[in-house]
Amino acid sequence: MKYSPWSKDAALVVLATLREEKGPVLMALQAIQNEFGYVHGEAVGLVANFFNKSRADVHGVLTFYHDLRTTPATDNQISICVAEACQAVGSRQLEKDVKTKFGAEVHDGYCFGNCALGPCAMVNGAIVGRATLDKIAKART
Amino acid sequence: MKIYVPGDSAAISVGADEVAAAIASKVSGATIIRNGSRGALWLEPMVEVETAKGRVAYGPVTAEDIDSLIAADFLVGGAHPLCQGLTEEIEWLASQDRVTFKRVGVIDPFSLAEYEAHGGLVGLRRAISLTSSAIIDEVTESGLRGRGGAGFPAGIKWKTVAGAASDQKYICCNADEGDSGTFADRMLIEGDPFTLIEGMTIAAIAVGATQGYVYLRSEYPYAIKTLQKAIDIAHAFGWLGSSVLGSAFAFDLKIRVGAGSYVCGEETAMLESIEGKRGVVRAKPPLPAIEGLFGKPTVINNVLTLSSVPAVMADGAAAYKARGVGRSLGTQVFQLAGNIKRGGIVEKAFGVSIDEMVNGYGGGTLSGTPIRAVQIGGPLGAYFAAAQFETSLDYESMLAAGGMLGHGGIVLFDESVDLAQQARFAMSFCAVESCGKCTPCRIGSTRGVETIDLIIKGVSVDENKKLLLDLCEVMTDGSLCAMGGLTPMPVKSAMINFPEDFTGEVSRR
Repeated sequence: MKYSPWSKDAALVVLATLREEKGPVLMALQAIQNEFGYVHGEAVGLVANFFNKSRADVHGVLTFYHDLRTTPATDNQISICVAEACQAVGSRQLEKDVKTKFGAEVHDGYCFGNCALGPCAMVNGAIVGRATLDKIAKART
Repeated sequence: MKIYVPGDSAAISVGADEVAAAIASKVSGATIIRNGSRGALWLEPMVEVETAKGRVAYGPVTAEDIDSLIAADFLVGGAHPLCQGLTEEIEWLASQDRVTFKRVGVIDPFSLAEYEAHGGLVGLRRAISLTSSAIIDEVTESGLRGRGGAGFPAGIKWKTVAGAASDQKYICCNADEGDSGTFADRMLIEGDPFTLIEGMTIAAIAVGATQGYVYLRSEYPYAIKTLQKAIDIAHAFGWLGSSVLGSAFAFDLKIRVGAGSYVCGEETAMLESIEGKRGVVRAKPPLPAIEGLFGKPTVINNVLTLSSVPAVMADGAAAYKARGVGRSLGTQVFQLAGNIKRGGIVEKAFGVSIDEMVNGYGGGTLSGTPIRAVQIGGPLGAYFAAAQFETSLDYESMLAAGGMLGHGGIVLFDESVDLAQQARFAMSFCAVESCGKCTPCRIGSTRGVETIDLIIKGVSVDENKKLLLDLCEVMTDGSLCAMGGLTPMPVKSAMINFPEDFTGEVSRR
């Protein structure tokens, strides 16, 4: 996935689209991550100022949610569901195998709602059912 | 000619997009409709063609099958090894009682004309013509209870919100379907999004709300896209906006996307998250119905609860409550998942047995070995053994059996499952997902993992089992919400129903 390089000015353009939203902090951090691939350290103060919140408020939200990242994303993003329904069809082993092969690109997921066709993976935003190492490698390219 | 290739993400996960592309390139003059899934997920991608006799189904189809399907004249329902016959006659589907899911997989999710042709908007039009109390009476009378898991009567909740005086009220739909083994919310949104919008609009009219939010998980990117498109269509049609279908009611709808936190499926944590804050659980009272989103009276219902309302309003409370048993009235959308031969959506009146679901519809395990355990109701639900499969699937019977129905997810495990590991996972999941507010949940879950590890290693097994049960009791009694309060349910049920897995002997089986 291609993201824009971090820039304060570009971030302000993103934030301006959320000016009218009620309770905007989480949305703002999500929008910044969608644009830049992660939430840069400078974004905390920027979001706080823009919406008249404290830096602590923004930091609190940033560190609560699993989705939000503070370091740049790898080019490929692989999520393996490790919840019960996928465990029942071998996701524990699959997760190990995929991590061995693709390392830092791999994250644990908790359910993509594809529990009858597991193990399930999400590769760069595309859903993979009855996932195998081969299928994931194919979806990654 | 119409060819249906599901655009449901489960179907896409096993190649529906490739199948649709192959058909588009090889069959000239075909109109490909990306419908929702019928719910028979083991047949996905399931392609349907419209013939003079009705829709004929083929599945599971891969892109490589298209040539042989064309050779077999599949466009007129020709014979082929993948042919399942007329869709309406597939026993697995025909024997269900589709009420909430009646249009899912049948219609084009974005066609308002088809939605109306299949009974859509009848309930909303009727609601517009009724008084607030008449709508609420109808919903109360139907016996509809919260399908998210708690089972609280929907009409009572609505009545509280309707009776609260405020300049602003909200309808919040909980679509944070984080339970493993559940996917009905997602499939409804992807297959028939207008039904949810209709249910929310009816709720808004009933209680006097003008703004709705759908809190939808980030793990469901396809559902987010589908619902946003449906909301835009409803706006353009004059359904959502300042005048609902030309009436004096105003209603607007927004999606708020979650950020990967399981606890945000708890209603008060969800409110915090919609407000853009950390998803930390609130103490109740005040009830969200009195002080909810942004401190205003708020109806919070699950996707399936709200999506059942249009049918209640269209066909009347009596028709709805004619189904079910005892105080569990209407239908439940069961989701069959895990290590299962025939997984998917089974909508039936309450009161079917676990056995009918897992062996009847489910056909046993995918691996072909006996079912050893079934977890019902998500990661906070109980593990059952085969001896309990005659239990009826309704709110009260499940409670009496030491479990809960939850959101209706049923996950099968074959003989390879180790229930001590499953109990450990329940605790470790709670440790990862706890919002941190209550000590028993925040710290107890980590202590739970450590204690189960000792049991698995065979260290002072009896003492540690006693300690674990004591810890479970503290978590159950000392946590504000269901996250800490119900994590002991899978742990204790595993210990009680599968004691042989908690002996500390590595070679126990």
